[in-house]
Amino acid sequence: MIDDTALWIVIAGLGVGSFVMRFVFLGLVGNKPLPDWLLRHLRYTAVAVLPALVAPLVLWPGATDGQPDPTRLAAAAVTFGVGYFSKNVILAMVCGAVTLIGLGYALP
Amino acid sequence: MSSYWRGLRDGLPFLIMVFPFGMLFGVVATESGLSISEAVSFSVVVIAGAAQFTALQLLNEGAPTLVALASALAVNMRMAMYSASLTPHLGPAPLWQRVFISYFLVDQTYAGSILEFDRRPRMTLSEKVGYFFGLATPICPPWYFATWLGAVLGSAIPTELGLDFAVPIAFLAMIAPMLRTPAHKVAAATAVGLALAFAWLPYNLGLIVGGVGGMMAGARTELMLERRART
Repeated sequence: MIDDTALWIVIAGLGVGSFVMRFVFLGLVGNKPLPDWLLRHLRYTAVAVLPALVAPLVLWPGATDGQPDPTRLAAAAVTFGVGYFSKNVILAMVCGAVTLIGLGYALP
Repeated sequence: MSSYWRGLRDGLPFLIMVFPFGMLFGVVATESGLSISEAVSFSVVVIAGAAQFTALQLLNEGAPTLVALASALAVNMRMAMYSASLTPHLGPAPLWQRVFISYFLVDQTYAGSILEFDRRPRMTLSEKVGYFFGLATPICPPWYFATWLGAVLGSAIPTELGLDFAVPIAFLAMIAPMLRTPAHKVAAATAVGLALAFAWLPYNLGLIVGGVGGMMAGARTELMLERRART
């Protein structure tokens, strides 16, 4: 059992801390111009952080205890390929999901 | 169509990933001895799936309170990068709007809005703000509701359905169309390589190494290509 005090310290601390991290630039910098070198780095935040977040989940899925899984690898490849060539987010999600579910039934 | 409704429409597919995960959190939380109201408070105060699971797991293992808190905060460090990345777009908004934008800033609202802002550089400030809140509508309140539902039902969600993989699929589908220039591709490839190479680091720091390294690689490539184009 989790201690009630510990739980509420973590909830409150995590809530405040997460808000501070989300607010730090949006709130404190606001309308002030950012230096060029920083803007140049920020242009690549999405294409750097999101792939870094996803790559380990694709290669070592938690659901298979970290073992690479052909079904999930194929679904990831299809999603990425369709998204890259069609530029259509929804189409890519649907194709990836169909691959995942289809192969999930086809493969033992 | 107003930008709020466009955001809402674009955010709807995220329900597929938000709902099972919110429910899973509700289930795991009640199984760890949290009451329904504690589980829901957790989701409302924090709204960050990965950090919530991390904190709960460490508390369950009997880790010291401060360790659980620090680890979960480390998992959320990427939010500061999202905040910086959105500042050129949403920084001029009134303070009260920026407070709410910050509160609703999660992976999905960030990825969805930056994809849209890059695609339509001529959006006005109020259109961008409207779009952001439109996106957040089918993402954040359902997160609370799903947590509550999971906590009430308390039955485990079968992993055989591959629902765990909804997160990677949704993000891959958004990342792929973002890779427009060589610099974007270099940034993504570097980030993936570093994140995998440093996946052994504690507190999810591999993600930060990959993210920062990828951003630096993208910025470098952009500079190099600009210089080459000029000479």
